Amino acid sequence: MLEARDAHLTRGGRPALAGVGLALRPGELVALCGPNGAGKSSLFAVLAGELRPDLGAALLDGRPLAAMTAAGLARERAALEQAPALAAPFTVTALVALGAATAPRGAADEGAIVARAMAATGIAALAGRPADRLSGGERARAHLARVLAQLWTGRAAGGGRFLLLDEPTASLDVAHQVAVLRLARAEADAGTGVLAVLHDLNLAAAFADRVLLMSEGRAIAEGAPGEVLEAGRLSEVYRIPIAVEQSAGGMLRIAPDLSRA
Amino acid sequence: MPAPLLRAAPPGTALALIGFGLAVLGLAVAGMVFGPVPLGPGEVVAALLGEADPRAEAIVTTIRAPRVALAAAVGAGLALSGTALQGILRNPLADPGLIGVSAGGALGAAAAIVFGGAMLAAAAPELRFWTTPAAAFLGAAAATALVFALARRGGATQAATLILAGVAVNAIAGAAVGLMIYMSDDQQLRDITFWTMGGLGGASWRAAALASLCIAAAAAGLLRLALALDLLQLGERAAWHSGLEVERVKRAAGLWSALAVGAGVAVAGPIGFIGLVAPHIARLCVGPAHRTLAPAAALVGAALLLGADLGVRMIAPPAEPPVGLATSLIGGPFFLWLLLARMHRDA
Repeated sequence: MLEARDAHLTRGGRPALAGVGLALRPGELVALCGPNGAGKSSLFAVLAGELRPDLGAALLDGRPLAAMTAAGLARERAALEQAPALAAPFTVTALVALGAATAPRGAADEGAIVARAMAATGIAALAGRPADRLSGGERARAHLARVLAQLWTGRAAGGGRFLLLDEPTASLDVAHQVAVLRLARAEADAGTGVLAVLHDLNLAAAFADRVLLMSEGRAIAEGAPGEVLEAGRLSEVYRIPIAVEQSAGGMLRIAPDLSRA
Repeated sequence: MPAPLLRAAPPGTALALIGFGLAVLGLAVAGMVFGPVPLGPGEVVAALLGEADPRAEAIVTTIRAPRVALAAAVGAGLALSGTALQGILRNPLADPGLIGVSAGGALGAAAAIVFGGAMLAAAAPELRFWTTPAAAFLGAAAATALVFALARRGGATQAATLILAGVAVNAIAGAAVGLMIYMSDDQQLRDITFWTMGGLGGASWRAAALASLCIAAAAAGLLRLALALDLLQLGERAAWHSGLEVERVKRAAGLWSALAVGAGVAVAGPIGFIGLVAPHIARLCVGPAHRTLAPAAALVGAALLLGADLGVRMIAPPAEPPVGLATSLIGGPFFLWLLLARMHRDA
């Protein structure tokens, strides 16, 4: 289990987290939602082991993340940060292979894992293209494939249990947003604990097992999407009237109520 | 689906490496053939084998061969350092000269000449030969650390921050060297002046061996960090997420790069722009993966400095302008072009 307990964090002199807890278990997809500046990325960084909370704890199976090495953490969890970039003109294949780069040699069939990650993200056709000249959507998927390669290489070495995605759908069109979340869902169904920071509440409602709604560094509500994503609560958190409807198929449809805004 | 070729070098990489190697070899031979006393390639080979007449042998083995060896080593060292710095800072404008690493090395060397000489001359004159390179390495390492710290602010390394940090470090080191010159006596003044002009004219086998040894060590160290430097191209955060001990790698690569520059600066003075130009040429031919980029850049750097040294020796014999002038004359416009191209792209 990957968890943050009562995490407090100050960034740039301002409180970013004011006592948040989240436990991510294998096999579940948790969506982290909330307005800009709510502390989602800070909580993401704490769970990735990148930032150590000032107060509280960040633990993997009860062991502090701060006590683990970068390589040890990388074997257990893969993290995709917001707006990933690449400063050199590697080919897409070489970029994806970077995900498996720090794993011990020969621990996994690196080539097969890279090919599978590229097929899963639909970028197999881009294999030989320079990765610094892709469109925004292609780049996002190439980096997602890199992170999947890291996750699967880690799994081959006995780890690869958690996948952390910070706004993985940010630069994607609707079809690719859905494709990415289907992929995340499939990973969760295969036993990975997946955390996704999501701005699109509809996607969160459609794909997540649980939603953690944050505001001003605190957890406002946590639970099943249908319980957490409630019109009154969302309107208060986002400070704009928000309507939540349930369609005949049971899907939640969440949108700002522009007639009242 | 067949497994894709991972980290495959672009087609022609082996060919490019062989080409660069042949260029180094050809320029090295040319460097031993041409000079005030013209010798044929056959005579040079014979001299190296100890089968030529004593005069030709003396010219080749005591003057031209050490000079050629030194030029190749210093050029390779500057190119390796540039490759490492560009990789760590994720910025193609990083050059040991531009960002102040060479100036730091120069300051260390000048300090060793002014302060170290007097102290050691009495105690152990033999050690004097080693103090200048050691001090140059320390100065280069300190400047590298300073630039890393300055460029680190805000996560990503902005080109502007980097160049401004370089301007500041260069200015500080320049002022400190000026102070040393002001404080030095006549002999020290001559030593410093002779040395800051840069140049390979005073090459000895001892200097060439020292530089080659340090630069070979740096090359081996940097080659072991090739994959880490590849990962750093994702940015420091993502590289760390991928399992790289980023700080350790930066420290190691920075130190190896300082060793390569310090060794070169100590024996040949500051020589600019090789560290900027060589990695660019190499990248165009063998792609961005450091496993092939680093050796290719080293060969290009060696060839460039051999060529530049040959140029300054040929242009108006027997006069010999400092080789640093030639490299700056080629490298300066290249840097401007690079800067303009980037500004155009970022706009």
